[in-house]
Amino acid sequence: MKDIHSEQKTYKFGMVIDLDKCTGCGACMVACMAENNVSFRADETDKLRSITWMRVYKMTNGLPFPDTEVCYIPRPCMHCEGSGHHRPAPCIAVCPATATDRDHETGIVSQIYTRCFGCRYCMAACPYHARYFNWWDPKWPKGMEKYLNPDVSPRMRGVVEKCSFCYHRFQRAKNKAYAEGRREIREDEYQTACAQACPAGAITFGDLNNPQHAVYKMKNSPNAFRILEKLGTNPKVYYLSTKEWVRRGVDHYLEEEAQD
Amino acid sequence: MFPFCFEWVNDAAHFVFMGSLYTVLGLVFVLLNYCGIRAFLDYLYEREVEDK
Amino acid sequence: MDSALIPEGVKRCSFKKFAIWIGVLTIPTLWGIYAALLCWGKALNQTNLNNNFPFGFWIVADLGVIALGAGAFFTGFLRYILKIEELKNIVNFAVVIGVICYASALGILGIDVGQPLRGGFIFWHANVHSMLTEVAFCITCYFIVLCIEYLPLVLENRRIDAYRFFHFLSHRFHQAMPAIAAIGVFLSFFHQGSLGGVPGVLYGRPFAYRSGFLVWPWTFFLFILSAIACGPCFTLLITWITEKITRKQLVKKSVKETLAKIAGWLLASYIVLKIIDTIYWASSTAPRVGINFKSFYANQPYGIWVLITEVGILGIIPAIILITKQGRSNSALLILASFLNCAGIFMNRWIMTVQTLAVPVMPFDKFASYHPNWQEWATTLLPVWIGAMVISLSYRYLPIFPQERELNPA
Repeated sequence: MKDIHSEQKTYKFGMVIDLDKCTGCGACMVACMAENNVSFRADETDKLRSITWMRVYKMTNGLPFPDTEVCYIPRPCMHCEGSGHHRPAPCIAVCPATATDRDHETGIVSQIYTRCFGCRYCMAACPYHARYFNWWDPKWPKGMEKYLNPDVSPRMRGVVEKCSFCYHRFQRAKNKAYAEGRREIREDEYQTACAQACPAGAITFGDLNNPQHAVYKMKNSPNAFRILEKLGTNPKVYYLSTKEWVRRGVDHYLEEEAQD
Repeated sequence: MFPFCFEWVNDAAHFVFMGSLYTVLGLVFVLLNYCGIRAFLDYLYEREVEDK
Repeated sequence: MDSALIPEGVKRCSFKKFAIWIGVLTIPTLWGIYAALLCWGKALNQTNLNNNFPFGFWIVADLGVIALGAGAFFTGFLRYILKIEELKNIVNFAVVIGVICYASALGILGIDVGQPLRGGFIFWHANVHSMLTEVAFCITCYFIVLCIEYLPLVLENRRIDAYRFFHFLSHRFHQAMPAIAAIGVFLSFFHQGSLGGVPGVLYGRPFAYRSGFLVWPWTFFLFILSAIACGPCFTLLITWITEKITRKQLVKKSVKETLAKIAGWLLASYIVLKIIDTIYWASSTAPRVGINFKSFYANQPYGIWVLITEVGILGIIPAIILITKQGRSNSALLILASFLNCAGIFMNRWIMTVQTLAVPVMPFDKFASYHPNWQEWATTLLPVWIGAMVISLSYRYLPIFPQERELNPA
């Protein structure tokens, strides 16, 4: 892109999710669907066709009763940084129509719904299953059109969609700050719907580069880890857990690799 | 797709990739015109055609 | 009734019989068109594709049919660039098969994408770093080249050739054919390779990901080699089928054996390199991200039998048959080897796309299986029926086989 970035304040928005606090209630999933006009069908039994920008996975330690432990893992889009110009996020690297790109200002991986022609290559590339395809046109129950979020465009059939870190809320916060004569937005002014909805306070969202933000300190915790770290996707969603089996359970290890 | 488009970046990848496309399309266009014009001239001047 | 259109000196069945044959082919064609209309009209929920399997049978068919259609560019390369004169007796047919294969690929893609009307965006908003962009560019250009290579055959139809201008035009096209073939070779090299790059660059999918040379993963080169190994065999297979249906010998045995020998050695080279690549991937690439390659084959139906079948039964066996004189000269073995070769490459395309998606990457993710439904089958088989019609029309009205008259004296 042409270089217009020199005077812009840049952020690196990311998330830290404390798995010791997550109860698996799914409030984050519901909030996300409501906030982002995510479509649904009358019969959602086929989970492989459901659209869940935020999705809670369940992981167990594999031990029998009474040693069984369960962990719930909320998984939004990881907004992968990739590693370098020649290895961007897996989805960005492969999109043939540049319908997805990482925003220089925020670090958010965007999706241009009106440009996407639905080849689904990005879905094949994403190891986190963060991307979803519109197998149908959205069909809102009668009257529900009034409940749709006017800040978020709904998607038609045949295009891919995913978590946007509630980018429309960033735009609102930016507009508000600009109206107040500020360039920088505060931590509490831009929060994702899932972070706000979580009753356990397990999801923390903010600027990973800003020492004033909670996520900055949390990501440096010794208990912080990322899913599939070894692949080199460099995701911006971190997780916290005091449990060793949880930290090991989100990545692959060869038999001979020692526990840390 | 073209250098005047807003997404165009002047880097090696664009030059090589899009340059190859323009070259191939250009060559195909030239070859088609060559065949068409030569055939038309053959037709006009009723030239003898060698065995293929 | 249409005897004026039939090439001189050859016999064809009656028009009535031909019309019945085309009519028979129309029935499954209509079934395929109905399935395509369902997919376009009702969206892609009509298929068995889902968010775990965004790629399925259509993508496999795309990759497979382009590999099989590689006979067109490669036979052209052997004939016009390497000047293997004998292959002039089969290159026309290879071009017809190529046109059908590439048209099929474009047609299937038109149904596969979620928004076909936005297909132009791959050109207008091209991401030059994406393998799929390179594929789209090269396939489109190469399809144009194939149509240009097919055009002189059409112009050589007896009635069309009677018009002096078209007679001269086909002559000039034949003169330009080496240049057109060279462009075709360049384009084909890149799109066959880029199709290999499509799974190979997926660093988020360790099953498919390969290291490589500069920006090109090893699968780039393996796909080129496998395509030029199976393409000529596909040409031989379709020639055999055509000869069986027409009950005539159309190409001399020596021509077939020459093509088979070349394909055999290419297949043998491919299998050796594939085995080396597999060993390196299993011992180095996958362990680097903490994966023991055996885990890729832990869930049926994607057990280790898949690897043994692809490389052993459908790779080593046909390679041995094709590189040996005894194997090549036995018609039954030649056709069997050609079929196994083509099946093996098709299976490879399935493995690199569908199996890649079946293998869960996040350890807490579940394995899921996929199989195509009738809409996917119907639309994928649609090119087979239409291709049969195109071959039938080409065979009936165009001088595709230079040796036909010699092999079937009146």
